[in-house]
Amino acid sequence: MVEHRPILNLLSHLVLLLGVALVAFPVWIAFVASTHAPHDLLTGVVPLLPGDHLVENYRDVLFRGVSTSGAPPIALMLGNSLVMALGIALGKIAISLLSAFAIVYFRFPFRIAIFWLIFITLMLPVEVRILPTFEITAQLGLLNSYGGLILPLIASATATFLFRQFFMTVPEELAEAARIDGAGPLKFFRDILLPLSRTNIAALFVILFIYGWNQYLWPLIVTTSESYYTIVMGIQRLVTVADQLPQWHYVMATTVLAMLPPVVVIVVMQRLFVKGLVETEK
Amino acid sequence: MQTKRVVFRHTFLPYLLCLPQLAITLVFFIWPALQAIRQSMLQQDAFGLSTTFVGLANFRTLLRDPSYLSSVHVTIIFSVATAALAMSLALLFAVVADRVIRGTNTYRTVLIWPYAVAPAVAGVLWYFLFNPSIGIATYALAQLGIDFNPVISSTDALIMVVIAAAWKQVSYNFLFFLAGLQAIPNSVFEAAAIDGAGPMKRFWTIVLPLLSPTTFFLLVVNMVYAFFETFAIIHATTQGGPGQSTSILVYKVWRDGFVAQDLGGSAAQSVVLMTIVIALTVIQFRFVERRVEY
Repeated sequence: MVEHRPILNLLSHLVLLLGVALVAFPVWIAFVASTHAPHDLLTGVVPLLPGDHLVENYRDVLFRGVSTSGAPPIALMLGNSLVMALGIALGKIAISLLSAFAIVYFRFPFRIAIFWLIFITLMLPVEVRILPTFEITAQLGLLNSYGGLILPLIASATATFLFRQFFMTVPEELAEAARIDGAGPLKFFRDILLPLSRTNIAALFVILFIYGWNQYLWPLIVTTSESYYTIVMGIQRLVTVADQLPQWHYVMATTVLAMLPPVVVIVVMQRLFVKGLVETEK
Repeated sequence: MQTKRVVFRHTFLPYLLCLPQLAITLVFFIWPALQAIRQSMLQQDAFGLSTTFVGLANFRTLLRDPSYLSSVHVTIIFSVATAALAMSLALLFAVVADRVIRGTNTYRTVLIWPYAVAPAVAGVLWYFLFNPSIGIATYALAQLGIDFNPVISSTDALIMVVIAAAWKQVSYNFLFFLAGLQAIPNSVFEAAAIDGAGPMKRFWTIVLPLLSPTTFFLLVVNMVYAFFETFAIIHATTQGGPGQSTSILVYKVWRDGFVAQDLGGSAAQSVVLMTIVIALTVIQFRFVERRVEY
C-alpha cells in the first residue's frame, strides 16, 4: 500500500465481495434447490431461500438411491470415491517416494533412462490414451474393481519430481552420518528421510486427494457395475436421464455431497494446500 | 543429472525401489501410448474381422473430416475464451486482494475453494442455473430481454460451458497471481508513486510486466486445463450438443472411440492430442528454465 485512497479501498472491497458472490452463488442455489420438494422445482423460478425438505432429500439420496435414474444410494458412491481418492493419493506418494529415493541416493546403470521414462508420463494424460489404456485394463481383468480405478492413475511424474527436489535439499551430512553409524539405505530412508518429508507428503496428499476425488473420465470408462460408481461420475447419470426431467432436488443434493469432502479438505488444510499447489507446479 | 555426493551402494535395491513406478508407467502409460500410435495406422473392416495397415490414411481422413475440423474450431474458441475469462477475472481479484490491508487472507480462503470442485460438478451447477425452464440465470436474462437457451442455441451452449469451465479455474489463477503480486517488492511501487504514477499507470507499467512470467505460466496451464480436463463439463451437461457445437477434441476422442467404435480414427485423434500435450509441456519447461532469471 503506497498511498491512502479511501475510494479505491472501498472499490477494492466491492470487487472482492462481487468475486465472493460469483464464486458462492451457484453453490448457494444448488444448496437451496436440494432442500425443496420436487414440485417447487418443476415450474417457474428456483426459490432463493432454503425449503423444508433438507433432511428427507438428503436421506433419500444417501440411503435409498434415485430409482428413476437407476442410481445406487449415494452413500455407496461416496464410499467408492473415498477409496479411489485415498488409493490414488497414497499410491502416488508411495511409489514416487521410493523412486525419487532411488534416483537421488543411488548411482546405477539406466538411472537417467528411468528418470526420463517417469518424466514422459507428464505428457500422457489419461485423456489422450483412453482407448488403449482401457483395453489393457480390460485384459488385466481390472474392469469394475478398485484396482482398475486406482492403478492406471497412480504413476506421477510431478510427485516424483517434487520428492527429488526435496531430497536434493536434504543436507549431505545426514546420509554421511547415517552411513558412518552403519545404517543401511532402507533404515536411512525410514528413520531420517521419511520424517523429514512429512510436510511435503501432507501437502501433496491434499492436492492428490482432490485430484483422485474429482476423476471423471476414467471411472466412467472402467466401471459398468453400479457398485463401483464414484459420486462425481454418478451425478451425470442423474442429470441426463432419458425421456424425463431430471429430479433436480436429488441432483442438487448429490452435487452438494460430491463437492463437500474436497472443499472441506481445502478449507481446513489451506496452508498445506497452497504449499502443495505451488510446489507441484514449480 | 546430479545425485548426492554421498550415495549408497547396492546392486539391485535401486531397481527394486523404482520397480512399482516403472511397472505402472510401462503398463498403463508407455504401452497404451505405443498402441495408440500403432492403431492410428491401422484400419478395421466394417465387421471388425480384419485390420490392415494403412499408414497415415487415418490422419488424412481426419484432417479432411468436416466434423473433426469443426471440433478443432470449437476447441480453440472454447479454450481461448475459458483461459481469457478465468485469467482476467483472477487477475482483477488478485490485484484488489493485494491492495486491501485487512482481510486478504479471509478473501483468499473464500475465493480458493472452487479449486476443489470437480469440473463435472461445476458443469452441473451452471447447467442448472442456465436451465431453460427453471434456471435462475436464464430467468434474470429473460427479465433483461435476453433469450438464453443452451439446449437449443449453439452459441448459448458454448457460453455456458465456457462460464462453467472458467468459474472453476478462477481460484487457481487467483492464487498464483496473488503470490506473484506479493513477490513484487513494495519499494518499486513507492518509487513509482513518488514519481507521480497513479494506480492505473502503476498497474500497466509495473504490475503487468512484472507479472508476465506468472501470466505466461498460467496461460499454458489454463490451455492444458481447457483442452483436457473439461471433458467432464461437456459430458455431464451438453454432451457435445446441440449439434456438434460444444464437441471439443477430448470429447470427440471419447465419442468416436467408445460410442462410434471407430478405433483407427480415435487412435489418430489420440496421437494428435498427444502431440499437443507434448508441445505444451515443452513450452512450459522452457519457460520454467527462463523464469529462474526473474
